[in-house]
Amino acid sequence: MANLSIKEGVAKAFFMVAAGVSILAVALICVFLFANGVPAIAQIGLPDFLFGTTWRPGNDVYGILPMIVGSVYVTAGAMIVGVPTGILCAIFLSRFASGRVARVLKPGVELLAGIPSVVYGFFGLVIIVPFIRATAPVGNGLSLLAAAIILGIMILPTIITVAQSSLDAVPRKYYEGALALGADHERATFRVLVPAAASGIVAAVVLGVGRAIGETMAVIMIAGNQPVIPESIFSGVRTMTANIVLEMGYAADLHRGALIATGVVLFVFILLITMLLNVIKRRGEVK
Amino acid sequence: MTPKMDLASQTAADAPVNASSAALGVSDRIDAMFAERKVAHARNRVIVSLLLRLLVYLGALLTAGVLAFIVGYILVMGVPYLTPSLFEWEYTSENVSLMPALVNTLIMAGLSLAMAVPLGVGSAIYLVEYAPRGSRFVGIVRTTTETLQGIPSIIYGLFGMLFFVTALHWNLSLLAGACTLAIMILPVIMRTSEEALLAVPDAYREGGFGLGAGRLRTVFRCVLPSAVPGILGGVILGLGRVVGEVAALLFTAGSIAQIPGFATEGLAAVFDSTRTLAVHMYVLASEGLHINETYATAVVLLVLVVLLNMLATFAARKMKKGNRDD
Amino acid sequence: MTEALVEKKASAQEVRVDGAIAYRPHVEVRHVNVGDSPVADAPAKMGVHGLDLYYKDFHALKNIELDFPQNQVTALIGPSGCGKSTLLKSLNRMNDLVEGCRIEGEITLDGKNAYRDVDINSLRRRVGMVFQQPNPFPMSVYDNIAFGPRTHGIKRREDLDQIVEQSLRDAAIWDELKDRLKKNALGLSGGQQQRLCIARALAVRPEVLLMDEATSALDPISTGKIEQLVGELKSKYTVIMVTHNMLQALRVSDKTAFFLLGEMVEAGSTDDIFTSPHDKRTEDYVSGRFG
Repeated sequence: MANLSIKEGVAKAFFMVAAGVSILAVALICVFLFANGVPAIAQIGLPDFLFGTTWRPGNDVYGILPMIVGSVYVTAGAMIVGVPTGILCAIFLSRFASGRVARVLKPGVELLAGIPSVVYGFFGLVIIVPFIRATAPVGNGLSLLAAAIILGIMILPTIITVAQSSLDAVPRKYYEGALALGADHERATFRVLVPAAASGIVAAVVLGVGRAIGETMAVIMIAGNQPVIPESIFSGVRTMTANIVLEMGYAADLHRGALIATGVVLFVFILLITMLLNVIKRRGEVK
Repeated sequence: MTPKMDLASQTAADAPVNASSAALGVSDRIDAMFAERKVAHARNRVIVSLLLRLLVYLGALLTAGVLAFIVGYILVMGVPYLTPSLFEWEYTSENVSLMPALVNTLIMAGLSLAMAVPLGVGSAIYLVEYAPRGSRFVGIVRTTTETLQGIPSIIYGLFGMLFFVTALHWNLSLLAGACTLAIMILPVIMRTSEEALLAVPDAYREGGFGLGAGRLRTVFRCVLPSAVPGILGGVILGLGRVVGEVAALLFTAGSIAQIPGFATEGLAAVFDSTRTLAVHMYVLASEGLHINETYATAVVLLVLVVLLNMLATFAARKMKKGNRDD
Repeated sequence: MTEALVEKKASAQEVRVDGAIAYRPHVEVRHVNVGDSPVADAPAKMGVHGLDLYYKDFHALKNIELDFPQNQVTALIGPSGCGKSTLLKSLNRMNDLVEGCRIEGEITLDGKNAYRDVDINSLRRRVGMVFQQPNPFPMSVYDNIAFGPRTHGIKRREDLDQIVEQSLRDAAIWDELKDRLKKNALGLSGGQQQRLCIARALAVRPEVLLMDEATSALDPISTGKIEQLVGELKSKYTVIMVTHNMLQALRVSDKTAFFLLGEMVEAGSTDDIFTSPHDKRTEDYVSGRFG
């Protein structure tokens, strides 16, 4: 009997520790990122770091505004490409597709989610970039536009999956109520079901933003990576994520610190997005 | 108050609008509004609905088209170059064999899962089976899990570099990479395991307790078995991320294209630097010297992902079926 | 697409039905004995003639023959599963949503075939419906009411304002809600929600109002209010209600039809049905012996 209770106690302790690991992980990530990044920011000066438009590690000049702007532009572009398509596809899967079509398309969307980002990047490199190079008036194709298109595709599955599940969760009685008033299928869907699923759809978009802003490898392969604020959608652009990967391999001292600090800024962005997501979710629940 | 009285009081309350006669007037006016709109609007509505329907179909078609194009293009370009030399045991800069990277991917996946699965499932068990309701600890765990889920892989890579590689002096190594990946997929496994456990009917638990089994025995004998397909789905999802990951590995596991020397070094080989298949493909693509082999490597990656997807679908179906039988 | 198909199928079958069975005039076959009730005098707003309804292989309604007199309340009663709700839902074609549902026979609105000669959306506008569970949309009270008129092309703010006010007045809930028009409708009580749904149905100027056990989810006070309201509504509308509460049918309706196992056993003036039913089964049911 005593033996048994010891076993129970040990097991419980293990499970509890396991649950604690995620707390530990977040804490460690915060501590290590901030401990290594903040001193560099302090040395460079926060305004110079955040709002400096010149990134020249050779001269110890570290302004990451071009990268912040780059990340924002690329993400915005990805939203323009991915959000309408994704939401419409979610509506299709939830309310328009016949059973057979859905059974084919749904695994397709899951496959889209599973394709590794290097494959997306490579695809962009061999298809999208040459296409832009051939059609755009300026530039070599490695561009903001290419990154936006590929990222827009990459966030599709996130948006579709989350938006669809919130659309599926809308009670049937709303749809019937709309139809009973003489609305047709389309009007009932767009004017009643979609608004009713709004918080879930917004959450889907925000999740997509998080994915797009954090995506690294695909962007590096096709965005051109010039650390300057892009002049047009055909200009090259460097995101925060790309900045880290491109230079971390050979950086030392303050340069290394500045790269980690770039990660800190990205991390703060992500934390803000996560908080926003929580607010949206809670609102949705209250309703 | 009855509705009758309501109506009565309403006429009194709204004296400015002379109720009964005005009501009739309003009623007629409203009828007129509907009559006026009827014909013109019916046509508009049909057109608007048709446009909306087209848009929805377009969204779906675009998604399906993009998927088919990407997969089809990679397959067409890559399959012809799946030559035996690509699968040679030794990597050289001529054959750019993907074999070592493939083996490394398997080792990396095995190692990271070996860490993440017990922790993820264990913590899910704690959250669902042990934690008291409304516990603050659980709240914090949920929040941090959500936070972890949103963190991009490059941040994990940075952290792995700072912690495992630098602070713990593991250098660029299989182990540092696997630990980084384990943390990265931990929230995925936790969440899916939690959902799977929550889906197990309480009757199973009551059955276990009713037989006088302790909590641990009940969990392992009665609850966990029927949650296995769901947990498996999460594990496969995590596996998919491991297979495709690059950013988190570049600065933790490095990119040496060799299988760690377990044969000669024994377990110490976990401290060797390795390159997984996805990293291998990234290096090939960015070198740009072996474009055909890059396509072929992409094919192998895709096939892996498709296989994992099919497994996951299979597990999910099994889970659903299991629960329906209950 | 599917709607169009169903429509086509239904009309095709009607032709066959019409062809196979000699014309069935508006003779109230089963009322013959009810003779001098006031019901027989009122013209029929809607009618159901030789209606058979199937869910896949299940024969849910069998050769139903029933008229719904204008500006009267008709109650459909019977034990659950008898087909009364199914009949109600075929009157505004909500059954089209059910996969595998098909009907044979004829449903008329003002003498016209409701499935063939009336556009489905205008049918649903003219034949409004209130559901068993209050189902206000998760939006403001105002937008709930305005949804219907907007659907039918009324966009001007002043017009909508008028309609919203008038509909809420008609549903006897204006005084309760006039200060809360911008509030989310889901914040209302169950009874208020149901009256809001009635107002929403009235906002598209229906001619017939279908009520599918509209009070079964409500407390007695709200139920009382809605029953009273129905009594007032019949001056403007033809009301058809499904209820499992016989006393409600007795209190509210002018005409009652009793259903059992997909058949209509008997229909007639409510007084006759409850006081001197002709069929033994009706008598058993209204006296509470089964169901």
